[in-house]
Amino acid sequence: MVTLGDYLIVSGILFVVGFAGVMLRRNLIIILMSLELMLNAANLSLVAFSRFRVQPTGLPDYNAQVFVFFIITVAAAEVAVGLAIIVALYRARQTTDVNDIKSLRF
Amino acid sequence: MLVFGVAVVINRNPVASALSLVVSFLGLAGLFMSLDAYFIGIIQVLVYAGAVMVLFLFIIMLLDLRAEERRGVSRLPLFGGSAVALALLVQIFYVIHNLKSAHQTFPPLAKSTFDDVQSIGLLLFGNYNLPFQIIGVLVLVATIGVVLLSKREPR
Repeated sequence: MVTLGDYLIVSGILFVVGFAGVMLRRNLIIILMSLELMLNAANLSLVAFSRFRVQPTGLPDYNAQVFVFFIITVAAAEVAVGLAIIVALYRARQTTDVNDIKSLRF
Repeated sequence: MLVFGVAVVINRNPVASALSLVVSFLGLAGLFMSLDAYFIGIIQVLVYAGAVMVLFLFIIMLLDLRAEERRGVSRLPLFGGSAVALALLVQIFYVIHNLKSAHQTFPPLAKSTFDDVQSIGLLLFGNYNLPFQIIGVLVLVATIGVVLLSKREPR
């Protein structure tokens, strides 16, 4: 039988994979993708908690799902802004490698 | 899903990474549906597998990124990052193992209650009306910011 812990462990592994991507990769676009993985891991654990906390009416707890909806919206906006910043950076520097971006001002 | 999540991090080619990310998100949408969150699953497919992925691939094509060349990887950050990630994984496993409520199986749902779009909508426009409007403003600000950022400055 599938338990709540199984979903939480999958969510934790996904978070750690995203975290390792942020720590280990040097390409800015890959770092942004790993950030998305981490946000989705949080979403998965929220939805799992929502399903396993059944209300007296027999429905899952929809507060968590509304929260997930907000997270998805913010993540989409964040990706758009982040990619725009990467494009501006690429125009100025012709690179997306974080090791090549050392100075604080252009 | 986890395999493709790892593939996102390991792949050297950004296009392959982005495509693995699509598969990973689709698997995650399947997990949402298995948790009876059909609305969230469909939103996941539409927003992530649709919009965000097109954005990623478009930027990768626009910047014409190739597979990054193998440059001398300094060992210290590699091992440090892996060690921190592993420590985090061990901690998560430990906490979940000791969590008592993590061992419960699926509680039964009331039958014929799959109108979760209606329930979420009622909450969204009733209880969470103010955060919803703030999110709207946030998306507007993000749109304007993106347009400003990607505009070429005339010199």
